[in-house]
Amino acid sequence: MSTAITIALAGNPNAGKTTLFNTLTGARQHVGNYPGVTVEKKEGAYIFPTGEQATIIDLPGTYSLTAYSVEEVVARDYLVQEKPDVVINITDASNLERNLYLSTQFLELGVPMIIALNMIDVAQDRGISLDAEKLSALIKVPVIPIIARSGKGTAELMAAALELAQKKEPWNPLHISYGEDVDLALQTIGQRITDAEFMTDKYTPRWLALKYLEGDSQIREKGRQANPVVDTELQEIVTKVGDHLHKTMETYPEAIIADHRYGYIKSVLRQEVISHKFDIDRLHASDRIDKVLTNRFLGPIIMLAVLLGLYKFTFTYSELPVAWLETFFGWASDTLSVLLPDGHLKSMLISGVIDGMGGVLGFVPLIMFMFFGIAILEDSGYLARVAFMMDRVFRIFGLHGSSVMAYIVSGGIAGGCAVPGVMAARTLRSPRERLATLLTVSFMNCGAKLPVLALLTATFFSNNQAQLMFLLTLLAWAVALTAAKFLRLTVLRGESTPFVMELPPYRFPTFRGLLIHTWERTWQYIKKAGTTILAISILIWAMMTFPGLPESQEQNFTRQRQEIMTVASPQAIAALEKTDTPLSAEALQLKENLTAVDTAQAGSALRHSLAGRIGTSMETISWLPGFDWRTNIALVGGFAAKEVIVSTLGTAYSLGEADDEDNTSLSETLSKDPHWNPVMALALIVFVMFYAPCFVTVVCISKESGSWKWGLFSICFNTVFAFSLATLVYQGGRALGFTG
Amino acid sequence: MPTILLREMQKDQTGTITAVKVGGELGRRIRDMGIVPGTRITIMGRAPLYDPVAIRIMGGTLTLRNNEADHIQVEIA
Repeated sequence: MSTAITIALAGNPNAGKTTLFNTLTGARQHVGNYPGVTVEKKEGAYIFPTGEQATIIDLPGTYSLTAYSVEEVVARDYLVQEKPDVVINITDASNLERNLYLSTQFLELGVPMIIALNMIDVAQDRGISLDAEKLSALIKVPVIPIIARSGKGTAELMAAALELAQKKEPWNPLHISYGEDVDLALQTIGQRITDAEFMTDKYTPRWLALKYLEGDSQIREKGRQANPVVDTELQEIVTKVGDHLHKTMETYPEAIIADHRYGYIKSVLRQEVISHKFDIDRLHASDRIDKVLTNRFLGPIIMLAVLLGLYKFTFTYSELPVAWLETFFGWASDTLSVLLPDGHLKSMLISGVIDGMGGVLGFVPLIMFMFFGIAILEDSGYLARVAFMMDRVFRIFGLHGSSVMAYIVSGGIAGGCAVPGVMAARTLRSPRERLATLLTVSFMNCGAKLPVLALLTATFFSNNQAQLMFLLTLLAWAVALTAAKFLRLTVLRGESTPFVMELPPYRFPTFRGLLIHTWERTWQYIKKAGTTILAISILIWAMMTFPGLPESQEQNFTRQRQEIMTVASPQAIAALEKTDTPLSAEALQLKENLTAVDTAQAGSALRHSLAGRIGTSMETISWLPGFDWRTNIALVGGFAAKEVIVSTLGTAYSLGEADDEDNTSLSETLSKDPHWNPVMALALIVFVMFYAPCFVTVVCISKESGSWKWGLFSICFNTVFAFSLATLVYQGGRALGFTG
Repeated sequence: MPTILLREMQKDQTGTITAVKVGGELGRRIRDMGIVPGTRITIMGRAPLYDPVAIRIMGGTLTLRNNEADHIQVEIA
């Protein structure tokens, strides 16, 4: 059997690319990253009925191949460098003219291509009839009508792809005429490129010339590196043409190129390829929905209701599975504690592994429900409307309507994750708005902070938990936006960037799409939890266990125990060993005394450990927001991943109690601890929400911004801010007399 | 047939784009999305704060800010 052919899926966002990818590959998917950038690289396997295999690559959705954002660069670089056997250009049949703009650029590049006319059913409903054969004859590539959602036509599509791949034809770029001025310039530049052999190993001279005239920044940058002399020469020609066009026609080279591309598309479509039964501007169902959902008054109200609904959905329906998981981990802990002998291994397995994993995995259902809700909003097209309605507001803070995506993914609807959030900021073009978004999304209540917030609100504000959680979300937004404005006025001053965005038609999300979406994100969380968190949980257990108490102190505790035993009556001691009979008053007293010694010993041991020392030394400043050393240890662990905060607090307390069989939950422990009170809990909530992002986020921020400087900046900026705010809450609360 | 700026168009008003007077990134983005001379354009509505504006073009709906719409001239039908 021959090796697998590679097929790249490309097309506009919202053309149904992901749906087709899911239909073709099903569960045989693999998500990775393109080298150097954090754009998701989705790969899947497809097996033809004839036995041949294909690797399918889902390229990022783009409107154009001219470098605009990272997505375009990634898609283009993939096509030019990896040279897939076939490109399937998926187009929205109900919006063909605009979609063919990208197709035209593929034709100009010359890649072996097939056009998939997707959503042919929607087009028919809209009274649009398309002649696929005629279109195919005119642009000389196969055109196959499909319905990606139901899988209709995909077999024909893949058969055509296989046929084309097996032909192994050389790339055959289409030459469009751009009018006298531009054509002449293309010729001049092309000739110069050919003569100088300027990057001709990768690109054709005409295509390079076109990109120079379009002012493509990435290609120019490459050109400058390859040969600065030729680059300057070419740039001079471009400037001359540009000046001439501006003087004579008040236009730009890239405008003429775009106009002629659309002209080419129109000339093709006009040849009886497309016909409209109804007026093209007729209102579709989607527009009628928009009349309500983006209505001036109703729109914002509905938006608020939708976001609140998502909350209710997540919190209410995840309760039961959360309880199951808690029971399971409780049972695992009990079982191990019976089976294993006392010692470091038992302590590590229970306090490190089970408590650590339990604290994290116990929240998987919550995160799953949350992501399912977000996937519905995303796949239905509603999130784009949220960006549309929010843009005016976001611009006030020096951001972009698209920032809302990054904020929402990060936890603007509580329960996201700053890591994909930081990545979502990639669609922002301006470096300044992007940086401002990158640096502030981590203020949102991500899924990992939720366990901490849920624990503390449930413990200290159980009567108003839902309301408080909602208020905390609003607080996160307020802080993030204010911080963004602050950054845009100081370190990130500058102009705002375009808000040209598509409002895709509303669609019913496919159940399969929702499940894949939800599962992918949840799996990311579990993977992170399963590896990083477990490792850190064990590391922290070690930090909290070693170095152990010195010999002299150990003996001191042993002596105390012996003293208690010597004064006790033999009957009481005997009663303690027999667990099945009820204890007498004396025996109970004896047990209590022994437990007190155990607790004291565990307490001193923890203080003596590495973590205890760090936590204790930080108490010199952490008294300001009211945190003790246990909280400090948990917060240090939280830098590794916010999920760790709960598990570390759990570990800190379960170790401190020395009694593994004690099944009182962390929540009960905290509410009984005299050190804890609502004011301190609130200060801690505020601190956890705003202090340094977890190191995974910091790494992403550094990568996305291209500099560790910004990663470091986010650590310092956020921590200083959070510390100040938490101090304000604690000291303010105390001054107002709320403590106790 | 008066020619006005896109910003000045009313809801549900239709026209034909006559010029897109902006270059650089904004110009490219606008053209990539199908806003080119000779294309029919209809105002679908505005965001709750009157900005951005939603337009129907080539059968799809796009949004852009008022200050971006200022670069686009439309001949009212």
